[in-house]
Amino acid sequence: MYGRGLRALSISTVVAVVAALTLVFFYAPLEAEQGFLQKIFYLHVPLAIIALCGFVVGGLFAIGYLRTRDQRWDFRSYVVIHMSLIFALATLITGSIWAKGSWGHWWVWSEPTLVSFLIVFLLYATYQPLRFSIEDPERQARYASVFAVTAGAFVPANFIAVRLATEFLHPRVLGSTSNLPGSMALTFLVSLVAWALLFVTLCKYELTAKHTRFQLRALRRRLSGEQARDTPPRRSAAPQHPAGTAKLGARVADGGAST
Amino acid sequence: MSAQRESQVAAAQRESQVAAAQRESQVAGASREGELSLGAGAPAGALRAGEGTPAPTVPLRRAVGALLRKELLVELRTLESVPGMSLFALSTFVVFHFALNRNSVEGDLATGVLWVTLLFASLLGVNRLFVADAEEGGVDGFLLAPVDRSAMLIAKELTLLCYLVVLELVAVPAFALLLSVPMAHALPDLLLVLALADVGVAVVGTLVAALAVQTRARDLLGPLLGLPLLVPIVIGAARATSPLLVAGHAGTPAARWLAMLALYDLIFGLIAYAVFDFLLED
Amino acid sequence: MAAVELEGLARHYGEREALWGVSLSLQRGQTLVVLGPNGAGKTTLLRILAALLRPHAGEVRVLDRRLPEESWQVRGEVGLLAHEPMLYRSLTAEENLRFHARLHGVQEQRVAELLAELSLSERAHEPLRTLSRGMVQRVAIARTVLHEPELLLLDEPYANLDPGALDLVDPLIGPGSGRTRVMCSHDPAGALREADVVLGLREGRVAVQGTPAEVSAEELEDLYR
Repeated sequence: MYGRGLRALSISTVVAVVAALTLVFFYAPLEAEQGFLQKIFYLHVPLAIIALCGFVVGGLFAIGYLRTRDQRWDFRSYVVIHMSLIFALATLITGSIWAKGSWGHWWVWSEPTLVSFLIVFLLYATYQPLRFSIEDPERQARYASVFAVTAGAFVPANFIAVRLATEFLHPRVLGSTSNLPGSMALTFLVSLVAWALLFVTLCKYELTAKHTRFQLRALRRRLSGEQARDTPPRRSAAPQHPAGTAKLGARVADGGAST
Repeated sequence: MSAQRESQVAAAQRESQVAAAQRESQVAGASREGELSLGAGAPAGALRAGEGTPAPTVPLRRAVGALLRKELLVELRTLESVPGMSLFALSTFVVFHFALNRNSVEGDLATGVLWVTLLFASLLGVNRLFVADAEEGGVDGFLLAPVDRSAMLIAKELTLLCYLVVLELVAVPAFALLLSVPMAHALPDLLLVLALADVGVAVVGTLVAALAVQTRARDLLGPLLGLPLLVPIVIGAARATSPLLVAGHAGTPAARWLAMLALYDLIFGLIAYAVFDFLLED
Repeated sequence: MAAVELEGLARHYGEREALWGVSLSLQRGQTLVVLGPNGAGKTTLLRILAALLRPHAGEVRVLDRRLPEESWQVRGEVGLLAHEPMLYRSLTAEENLRFHARLHGVQEQRVAELLAELSLSERAHEPLRTLSRGMVQRVAIARTVLHEPELLLLDEPYANLDPGALDLVDPLIGPGSGRTRVMCSHDPAGALREADVVLGLREGRVAVQGTPAEVSAEELEDLYR
């Protein structure tokens, strides 16, 4: 179910990333003030945008779970948030490198995007510990979804708040993304598409891999006749019981009973 | 034996019919208030799939009142939250005196000391908000009642708000005293900022407390979840308070920050209202 | 109209089945006794009937309402006596019951009546943590029947009671109450005496089911081996 289209997606991702990198290094003009280091902009800003969208989408998937109680929504929500957290960390790192390169400091409070990201990162870093500390899988999914919805709504609110709070007198260190000359705009767009594709592909990989592992484990358990209560499942932050494995297991069990 | 049983059953049934009739007349009287609460239940109902229209027998206002009374009564008996929060605030001011090596603070520094202290003292209260219910089965008792689930959310928010008000009644004068902070001229403005921030902390704190109480590391997860969510409130409150804690010509808080606080309170109030039910049920 | 109707009820806890394939029918005024070792699913069954837990599969009808769609209507008609008394230890018996009375829209004089019926009036104004377990159990029973529920769900109701109190509670939650009852118990002999229907659970599945005439004491005791 999850593996469909994975190959096509991977290929287009590779193509897009190669295209983007080519444009970044050979096509986009060198920026006058910041020189070569400015090219990190084509990585940092798309990562930021994708991570933010990912967090909000995670919240939307969570709403899907709360409305339908279908474990698959929670599964998607978990993977998307997980991936966005990684992209957020990458955003912070690239932003920090950029800041050091062009301003001389590893951290700047006058860049509202960076500051907002720090707060959002600190918030979402609690997502997995929260999940891990709730043992009941159904409650874990439910509470995680409530968190994802709340945090997803928090992200834009936080951005506005931090923007307001940052002094307008300081020039923005990392430059604004509007008013880009044509060649830079094109490079930026291609980069955005490339990293977005990478995000989606990685998410799909994780969804497929996890799902396959669950099915395998459920099958193995049923075939060996082992009861679930004999070996308590390892506690995990990830959703354990996506819909489909239960039915699969039950069918096998009934098939076994009828012979 | 069975004839005796039958007559007992008949007697009990008659009794319950009388009681039901009594309750019906009560419900008819309360139904007008009940209609108001039906509207209140609708937004959360939109998120809840497959539960039908809620038809609470007991109106929201009365349920919230009963819950709030119980909360305050328990707190008065056990004194678990408010004294601890207040003492913590006082001790923190003392620590700040030594940590900053100053006898008096004003302006941005005073603002920082005040809001950091109030924030962390609030988190103490947040941590304890649902503990009594979780440990003594209070949530189940509530869930069995024909009452809108949001009653518990509102009651807990109001409870936390009360705790915060009492905390500030102790902490703010102590702050002015211990660290010689000029605030006499700006008191009404300061109270307004405190009120708006308190509502925000109450809303966010209740949601975070409900999330954290069912987890194993609840004392740790509460602050970890709460602090990032409270940052916008700190931003608004601090920026609004800064011009107030200045000796002599105190300024007024910029309307922008008050508006931001009010807006954040509203947004999170609505979000909490929409998602809270999912934390209670099983 | 049956008081309780279950058809293929199931509920899982992660990959483990807490309940599976439970089907039964209970008429009004009848008593169902559920037996089984700890962890068999008795408490889960009770909580589903109380509309505190959702069924994950199967049909559940309580007092002719479908759960979970109509769980709203069921609340207030059902009284649950669980392992935890659902009472606040720092409050008095009277304060606890008054609180529940307000939540259920019950008139407050009923609180005084119940306290008197259960011989609790003298100690009604002391914090619950100063009362004995038997007395706390009586207060919990009062809380259960305060709103005159049509269906009683009782999880080992006689467990902590003082022997003398059995007569006091019988008209409220015992066979003498005439109400429909679902009772969890560890006492096979008592079950055969009191029940109209007996259900024996083992690891979430039905091991024994039937009227006391159809079920033998050995079968019930086997549940525990």
